[in-house]
Amino acid sequence: MKPSPEIYDALEVVARDLYIKALQDIPPDVRAGLSRGLEAEKQQGNQTASGIMLTILDNIRVADEQKTLVCQDTGLPVFKVAVGGKLDMDLWRLKDSLRKGCARATAERPLRPNTVHPLTRKHTGTNTGEGIPVVKLDFVPDSDRIELQMAPKGSGSENMSFLKMLNPSEGIQGIKRFVVQCIFESGARPCPPMIVGIGLGGTSDIAMGLAKEASTFRHLGTHNPDPDVAKLEDELLDLINQTGIGPQGLGGVTTAMAVNIEWAHTHISQNPVAVNIQCWRGERAEAELDAYGNVSWK
Amino acid sequence: MIELSTPLSEAAVRGLKVGDEAAITGMLYTGRDAVHKYLHEGGKLPDGVNLSGGVLYHCGPVVIKDAAGNWKCVAAGPTTSIREEPYQWQIIRDFGLRGVIGKGGMGDQTLGACREYGCVYLHAVGGAAQVLAECIQRVPTVHFMEQFGAPEAIWEFEVVRFPAIVTMDAHGNSLHKEVFAASQAELAKYV
Ligand code: SF4
Repeated sequence: MKPSPEIYDALEVVARDLYIKALQDIPPDVRAGLSRGLEAEKQQGNQTASGIMLTILDNIRVADEQKTLVCQDTGLPVFKVAVGGKLDMDLWRLKDSLRKGCARATAERPLRPNTVHPLTRKHTGTNTGEGIPVVKLDFVPDSDRIELQMAPKGSGSENMSFLKMLNPSEGIQGIKRFVVQCIFESGARPCPPMIVGIGLGGTSDIAMGLAKEASTFRHLGTHNPDPDVAKLEDELLDLINQTGIGPQGLGGVTTAMAVNIEWAHTHISQNPVAVNIQCWRGERAEAELDAYGNVSWK
Repeated sequence: MIELSTPLSEAAVRGLKVGDEAAITGMLYTGRDAVHKYLHEGGKLPDGVNLSGGVLYHCGPVVIKDAAGNWKCVAAGPTTSIREEPYQWQIIRDFGLRGVIGKGGMGDQTLGACREYGCVYLHAVGGAAQVLAECIQRVPTVHFMEQFGAPEAIWEFEVVRFPAIVTMDAHGNSLHKEVFAASQAELAKYV
């Protein structure tokens, strides 16, 4: 079916509002993860780590009360869009609406502009530009709706991104070793307690994309449906929290709140492993549109 | 919680140890890469800024003018401190700094200067821009705004009970080093 012509304007407004909401309102699953972290540190009797977790939760409360940004980094906008397969729509215009929405959020809120040319470092001033916002399109069968997830990915955590094309013979042990090394290298820089996203398999670019999806769009407290992968998620979370890096890298049992893995099939002679980190802020906002442009917030 | 007020005395600073939680009341000066480089290269402090007994905050704040035309800080989280490692020791020595606030800790040169001249490094919680901005009661003025731009300028913050954790003390101890060494030992088990 053809959606109503208003849908493109509705998408622009939703994109603007998602960007602002993600910066101001920490998702419920991340709040729950932070509270669990506080409890864990209290149980250990670790005063420094408990104090840090309290400050983080307090910061979220202040941002709620004052309807203001949780952290000053307004990130790079990333969207994950699942378009219902029954919708016959102009996907170029969909992307254009998302871009306009980001520019409007930046101008109207206003938000700190972060988007620069990689060589000249010249600002675009709009938090949009070549390839920005990042839009990951996906399609859902038997649906006439559009599901949107948005994350203004902060740089402290995004700079902690890693890829290794392991040898298949290194197996699960090799994967574990690489991931733990990445966590050590990251240390305090991605503002732990962090969410660790891992992409397994595919080609190199697919593995990186899956890692971002795992760190940023997967809800805390969920597991990958594949039981072998889910088991690896649990094992890695245990390992990472044994490192003792802790909240803010000052020691403790809550280095990570979650390890999320997404995977794709790969080549017989490849074993790609990608790691992408999300910080304690776990910024993310979600909404859904029907074919008439009516919005439901999640 | 240990209450500190600026200017800090050498005795107060030498009495602090790694892990102490402090609440700072008084004046903080912000400084990032541009200020550190400028002072390192022999630049003079602007009139009215005295860092003796003072506390420097590694921070690029978001500051707006309110309806009455006064500066108001709306976000003030710390930035990563290690970028200032080449300069910090000298600024501690030459300007009599007693405290440096940032995130993530600093290296051996800074740790050495802390011990020699009586200074501490305090870690403020990364990303806690609102909790920290709430402690800023007044922003009397800003220096080097044209020269360095807003995030890199020297902002004067009048703060009440600004929370930070002593992670490098004046006795040669660094919590960052301790955590790193312990986690390296853990890593050795898996690699
Ligand atoms: S890593 Fe996250 S919490 Fe830390 S400063 Fe960056 S966006 Fe903020």
